[in-house]
Amino acid sequence: MEVGIVGYGSSIPRQRIKVEEIAKVWGADAPSYKKGLMLYEKSVPAPDQDVISMSVEASRRALKRSGGVDPQDIGAIYIGSESHPYAVKPSGTVVAEALGATPAIHCADMEFACKAGSEGMFVAMSLVKAGEVQYALGIGADTSQGAPGDALEYSAAAGAAAFIMGNSNLVAVCDFTDSFMTDTPDFWRREYMHYPRHAGRFTGEPAYFSHTIGAANAILKKSGMKPDDFTYAVFHQPNGKFPQRVGKMLGFTNEQMEPGWLSPWLGNTYSGASPIGLTATLDVAKPGDRILMVSYGSGSGSDAFVWTVTDRIDEVRDLAGKTRVMLDNDKYYLEYGAYAKCRGKIRMAE
Amino acid sequence: MRDVAVIGVGMMKWGELWEKSLRDIYVEASLNAIDDAGVDHIDSLYIGCMSGGLFNGQEHLGSLMADYLGLGPVPAVRVESACASGGLAFRQGWMEVASGISDVVLVGGVEKMTDISGDEATYALSTAADQTYEGYHGITFPGLYAMIARAYMDLYGATSEQLAAVAVKNHLNGSNNPYAQYPHKITVEQVVNSVMVADPLHILDCSPITDGAAAVILCPMSMVGDLSKKNSPAVKVTGSGHSTDTIALHARDDLTWLGSTERAAAAAFKMAGRTPADIQVTEVHDCFTIAEICVTEALGYFERGKGAEAVASGQTAIGGPVPVNPSGGLKSKGHPVGATGVAQIVELVKQLRGECDERQITGARLALAQNMGGSGGSTVVHILEGV
Repeated sequence: MEVGIVGYGSSIPRQRIKVEEIAKVWGADAPSYKKGLMLYEKSVPAPDQDVISMSVEASRRALKRSGGVDPQDIGAIYIGSESHPYAVKPSGTVVAEALGATPAIHCADMEFACKAGSEGMFVAMSLVKAGEVQYALGIGADTSQGAPGDALEYSAAAGAAAFIMGNSNLVAVCDFTDSFMTDTPDFWRREYMHYPRHAGRFTGEPAYFSHTIGAANAILKKSGMKPDDFTYAVFHQPNGKFPQRVGKMLGFTNEQMEPGWLSPWLGNTYSGASPIGLTATLDVAKPGDRILMVSYGSGSGSDAFVWTVTDRIDEVRDLAGKTRVMLDNDKYYLEYGAYAKCRGKIRMAE
Repeated sequence: MRDVAVIGVGMMKWGELWEKSLRDIYVEASLNAIDDAGVDHIDSLYIGCMSGGLFNGQEHLGSLMADYLGLGPVPAVRVESACASGGLAFRQGWMEVASGISDVVLVGGVEKMTDISGDEATYALSTAADQTYEGYHGITFPGLYAMIARAYMDLYGATSEQLAAVAVKNHLNGSNNPYAQYPHKITVEQVVNSVMVADPLHILDCSPITDGAAAVILCPMSMVGDLSKKNSPAVKVTGSGHSTDTIALHARDDLTWLGSTERAAAAAFKMAGRTPADIQVTEVHDCFTIAEICVTEALGYFERGKGAEAVASGQTAIGGPVPVNPSGGLKSKGHPVGATGVAQIVELVKQLRGECDERQITGARLALAQNMGGSGGSTVVHILEGV
C-alpha cells in the first residue's frame, strides 16, 4: 500500500533577532558565528506562540492542502518537541481539540531532542500503513532555548511543520524509511533545568555527523539509490554549516540542498528543523521529484525518508502560506531586551 | 653517572580522541615505544600528566598505567609540573637510569583534555597559575601570555604579524607531521584576522586543547646492543637542565624574560659541553606564539628583543639557520599538556635518526628540547645527540 503525505504546512514566527544583536550583549564576535556557523538571524516566538499554537497553525495549513480531509477522520496525532509547554499534560490534546479532531483519536507527545518530529511523522505514517487509522498527523515543533551567552543562543529558534499522513490523494509518496540510533549523549536537559546543556565540539563528529551519515547511507543502501537520483535533499540543520557539510560529505550539491536550507535565517527549530525544510522543498518541487530527508536528534539518532512528489503538488502548493514566504517576509526585528522578555529570560516578581 | 640512551619512541595521531580513554592512549603510545625499542622488559615507569584529576577525575596514575600496560608490579611514578610534566618525567627517568637504579625505564606523557567542556579545561589549566595572586583575579593562561605579548610589543616594537609568523611556520611544519592534530597550513592574514582571545593574541596564536600521549624508552648507553632488539640508531642524552621561577607573572622583573628557560638551558649546555650555536634542531614550548619568541631568546639563539624578527624573517624555518619546531610544535601538533614534553623528545629522536621525511632537518646530530610549565614557572631542557 502506498502511504505518504496528504497535506503539509508550516508555521514560523514573524519575530527575528540578528546574530549581531546577541553578540553585542555578550561581547562576542558576531563575524565568527556568521562565518563559522553560517548563522545570520533566527526566529523568536511571540508571547502567544508556543509548540501548541504553532502546531495548530501548521496543521491548519496542512488541512488546507489536504483536499478536504475531515479532521474527524484523523485517527492519531503525534507532536514531537523538546519544548512542550507542559512537562505533564500533552500538547496533542489541545491541538487535536483546536482542529476538531477529538475524541476518536490516538495521542501521545513525543520527545527525542531534535528528532522527535520526524519520529512522529514515521509513527503517524506507520499507523496508516498498518490500517489502524485513515489519516494521522505527524508534527515537529519547538520553541528552543539556548542559555544566555551560550553558543546555542545564536541558533535556538522557533517553528513548526505538520504533515497529514494517508494512503490516497498523496502529495508525496514515502518510498523508504530508515533510522540510525546509538546511545551518544551530546546534548540534554534534565527535569527542572531551564536550559539544555551540550558537550561542545562533541556534538559534531561523533554525534550529528556520524548519525546523519549513518542514516543516509542506510537508506541509500536500502533503496539502491545514489545522491544524483534525488532532486532535493534536506538535512537536520542546527546551524547553516553542518547540513551543508554533511550533504557534501554524502555527495549532494548545494543546488539539491538549497530549497530546504533555512537555518542561516531561521535558526535551529529543533524538532521542526528538517520537517520545515521538507515543507520549503515541497513548496518548490515538481511532480516526480525525489527528496531525501534526514533528521538528527541528540542522544542520538537520525530518521531518513525517501519521498517522491506526485502530480497533486501543483494543485495544493498555493492553498496555504509557503515556508520561504513566511521566512523572507513580514519580519519584525527585536532588540535583545524584547527578545529576553519573549524568551522568559527576565526574572519577574514572584 | 652512566650515559643514557633513548632506544625507542612511540606516539599516535593526536586530536579529539573521543573513542579512546586516558589509559587507552597512554597504553597505545607506550606499546609503540616498546615495539620501537624491541625491549623484552621494563624496570620502571615515569608518567608525565598535569591533571588527570581535573580532566578525567582520575589520579593514582602510576599504578593504573602500570596495570593497564600489563607491567604491574613494577614501580611507577606520576610526575607533575604543569605543562612541563612530560619533560620533567623524562628527566626523572633519565636520572634513574643514569644513577644505576634501573636499566630500562619507560617514560610516558599523557593528557586527555576533551572529555570536559572548554570552560572546564581552561579552569583545569589555570590551576598551573598562582591561584592566590592570579587565579582569584580571574586570569587564565591566554590572558597571562597576552600580557607577556603586550609587554614584548611595547618594549621591542614587535607586531601582530611577527607573532603570527610563529603560527604560520609551525602549521607549515606540522602539515608534514602525520601525528599532528591540525596539519593545516595557515597564513599571516588568517592569524591576524582570527577571533581575538586575549588582546593581542588571536585564536590562531594559541595552541589547541588536545588528547594525546607519547612515550620513550631509556637505557644505559653501554647496554643498548644487549637490550634493543631493533637496532634503531641510539640517541644519547647529553644534557639535562631544570629550573624554577615564580609561578606568578607579576613577581618577575621583566615579563618578557623566561628566567627558568635561561637557567635550565645553561645547565643543559654546561653538562653537554655545548653552546646554543651547536644545536641543529630544536623543539620548544610554543603554547602561544609569543612563547616561542621569548623562548628562543632565553635559549640564547637570538638577542633580547630579536626573536620576533628572527621568526618573521624565516631564520627558524626548516631550511633556516636555526630550525625550531619542525614537528609543528604545540600549535599544530597539539598540546595534551602532560604529553608535550615527551612528544618533543619523540620528534627529536626521529630527527636524529633521520626518519622525518618532508620535515627532516638534513644531517641533524645535535638537538634541544625545551618544555615549560605555566607562564614559565618551570622549564626543563634536554640536549640529545645522535651517535
